[in-house]
Parts: sequence; C-alpha cells; structure tokens
Amino acid sequence: MSLITCKNLSFEYDGIPAVKNINFSVSDGDYLCVVGENGTGKSTLIKGLLRLKKPFQGEIILDNQLSADAIGYLPQQTIIQKDFPASVYEVVLSGCLNSLGLKPFFTRKEKNIAKNNMEKLGIKQIKNTCYRDLSGGQQQRVLLARALCATKKIIVLDEPVSGLDPIVTQELYELIHHINLVHKITIVMVSHDIKAAIKYASHILHLHNKQLFFGTTKDYLQSDIGQKFAGELNV
Amino acid sequence: MFDLLKEIFSYPFMLRAFLVGTPVALCASLLGVSLVLKRYAMIGDGLSHVGFGALAVAAALNASPMIVSIPIVIIAAFFLLRLSENSKIKGDSAISLISTGSLAIGVMVISLSTGMNTDVNNYLFGSILSMTQSDVILSLVLSTVVIILFILSYNRIFAVTFDENFAKATGTNTEGFNMIIAFLTALVIVVGMRLMGALLITSLIVFPALTSMRLAKRFLTVTLNSALVSIICLWLGLIFSYVYSTPAGASIVVCNIIAFAIYSIIQKIRETMIREK
Repeated sequence: MSLITCKNLSFEYDGIPAVKNINFSVSDGDYLCVVGENGTGKSTLIKGLLRLKKPFQGEIILDNQLSADAIGYLPQQTIIQKDFPASVYEVVLSGCLNSLGLKPFFTRKEKNIAKNNMEKLGIKQIKNTCYRDLSGGQQQRVLLARALCATKKIIVLDEPVSGLDPIVTQELYELIHHINLVHKITIVMVSHDIKAAIKYASHILHLHNKQLFFGTTKDYLQSDIGQKFAGELNV
Repeated sequence: MFDLLKEIFSYPFMLRAFLVGTPVALCASLLGVSLVLKRYAMIGDGLSHVGFGALAVAAALNASPMIVSIPIVIIAAFFLLRLSENSKIKGDSAISLISTGSLAIGVMVISLSTGMNTDVNNYLFGSILSMTQSDVILSLVLSTVVIILFILSYNRIFAVTFDENFAKATGTNTEGFNMIIAFLTALVIVVGMRLMGALLITSLIVFPALTSMRLAKRFLTVTLNSALVSIICLWLGLIFSYVYSTPAGASIVVCNIIAFAIYSIIQKIRETMIREK
C-alpha cells in the first residue's frame, strides 16, 4: 500500500526548473532517503510533498488515510528559533495543532499525546527547559517529538543532522531508525550523507535536478550510480 | 502617594488617559511578543507613520480621526505584511519608503491646510489632552476585540511565530493568522497613537516583549510578563508625566527603558551566577 505516489513531478523557481520528472512512491513502513548534492532539488521536493510549494507539472497522490495535514515535518532550523523563548513542552504540544480542528485550546487528549512523545524521545526530564538553552541534538529531538505529535503515519525530515557533531548525529540516526522500526512510522528523509542513507534506509531516491535513481537500497548498491557514489565511501 | 493618585484621578483628562492607555498597553505588549520574535517590529513603526499621515488628512477634511485612520492603517498593515514576506522586494527598505513617505505627506497636508502648529507636535509625540469620551469607548471596544481574538488564537499564534513552515505544512492557515496579527496591530497602533504619538507608539510593542525575554523562558510567561511590565510602565509614566509636566508618551518610553535596564542587569547577574556554580 503506498502512502505517497509522485508521477512526472517537476518544480520550478521563477521559471527556472529546479528538479524535473520525478517518479517514486512511498509505502507504509518505508524508510526513504532522498540523497543528492546541495542545490539539486531535494528540499524543493520536500516542500512539494508538504504542499508548501505547488508542482509545476505532474501530481502527488496521497493515500486516502493520509490527509495533507497529517504529515509530520522536521524542517531545517530557522534563525528565529535560535533565541526563541519557549519551553520544550510548549514546542512539542504545538505539533498537536492539526488535530484541534476549530477548537481554540488543547485538551487533555493532546496534552497526553505530547507527553507520550516526549517520553518516547527521552526529553521528558527537560520539558520545562527553554528551547534556546538546549544543545543542537536536544533541539532536534524536541522538533522530532513535535513532528510525531502531528502524525500517526509519516514523518518528513529535512537534513535533520546538519550542524550536529558525529556522536549526536549517530544517536539521532538510531532514534529515527527506532521510530521507523518500533513505532511503524514511515520516514522520508532528505540528506546528503549517503553513507548513513545506505546504512539505515530501505529505499533511496537520488536526485540531481532530475531523478538518477529510485529503488531499494540493495538495488542502489548494484546500480551504476550507486556504485559510483557509494563506492567512493568503501561501504 | 494615595493623595497624589486621588488628585490625578480627579482630572477627567487624566482618567481618560489611564482608561485609553491601559488596554492599549496590554494589547500592544501581547502582540509585541509575536511581532518581535517574527522580526516584524518594523511593521509597527511603518504603520504608526501611516497613521500620522491619515490623522493629518482627517484633520484637513474635518473628519473623525479614528474613522479615517483605522481603514487606512489596516490596509497598510496587510500591504506591509506582504512586503516583508515577499523576498523579491527588500522588506525593510520598502517599509522605510512607506513610513517616511506618509510622514512627509502628513506634514504637507497639515501645512497646506491649518499650517504647522501644535497639532503636528501632538500627533508626533502624543498628548493626553487630546483624548475624548468617544476615544475612551472606542479604545475599550477595540482592546476587547484584540484581547478576545488574541486569546482564541493564542496556540496558533505561538505555532505560526515559532515555525511558520511547520505550521503551514501541518495544516494551519498561516497567512490567515499573519493577517490577524497585522490587523490587530493596526488597531492597537491607531488607538494608541494619539496618546503615545506616532513616533513613539512602536515602543509599546517592542519594549515590553524584549524586556521580558531577558528573563522569561516560556512563551506563556514571556507574554504574561510583558503585559504586566507594559501596564506598570504606562501607569508610572503617566504619573511621572503628571507630576513633572512631561509629555506622556516620552515618559512612558523612559519607564520602559528603565524596566529593560533592570531586567538586563538581573539577566547578567543570573548568568554569572550560573557560570560560577
């Protein structure tokens, strides 16, 4: 069963094509890594999946059980967030907003969801700490917990490990892997870390302004493009 | 102290200044937290200048200042919001163009109609004597609207302020809430401008938020704390202005500067204490 199917998808920025002819699908439980160098259309594609940007051509088909606002999202950090005065709990709880409908305030149900997700990601003990006082790795955990609040099915992550040191990066990868395996959350991750992608992902989508490869990680390693990129890393 | 307050409130114009000022200070500080964090503080500044131009035109046409300026400032608010979101036009310079432009138009209109007189001074720096009974009612009504809308959209305003992309991706109507913020800001500025003056009204938006961010660590405490700081500074400023016959707007801003300094010092002390531990 595929949650997201993209057909002949193209995106443009001010009339200049950013990425074109993308065809892939994400099934329930997949761990898809979108790889490629910087500026090759990865983030654009993610924006398209989240309906932040309209496709120029082609279509994105979502499964019936997946409404557009039920996709959890872990965006790249913005400057605004660096010195933002908000507690961990406030940030995580804000992820529940899409299940609120027209109600103005959070109820016990949303508060419990937030608490559960903080527990899952091991940030319950820092729930009253200010977001700006956290380390980079902790901040990513908080944003991941918030993304989990927004979805039961799928999380889209945009370069989640950028700016983190190697040990914290490793921890975060393990955590995402755990969420995928244990909590059965489908993962779509943008990354330029091909080594980690091969280690954890079940599927790979390789972009370079067009689609170079889509398939399982195993097939990727057999393919010419996979050999070329992964081979250099001696994986 | 009690005698002084009794004396102050025996003057109807002072009572009116408190009645108009308190809800305005409250609303401005609530919105200020979001505006400052979203880096939109300049929009407030631009709007107040547009408000000055609108007041001048209203005076020249002999129309009610509020009825003319409210729609103009609201339209300007939506326009400025668009400018800041559109990266193709440099937002800050566009705001400068609009604010200096409306200031110049206002001055031209005044000098061609009534001539440059104390009115200009009152518009620019505010006056507690300019408040009428209908201003008090309008201010209370508008402030109630702002407070109710703010409380009802509090959770959405937090989400849109903290992370607009996430909010949008998970189905919050971010444009809608940005518009609500801009709309409420326009109302606050129009109501507060005559007390504080076009040049100083932005201080009510910026100062309390920045002051409470020195110490508060949660969004809710920042919001509540800035409301408190804002109201206290307004009261102290008005009392000071009465006792020493200084302009009300400037006195209130000076109180805000002092509050900011006190909070900053406490923050510094707290940081050194944490480091020494």
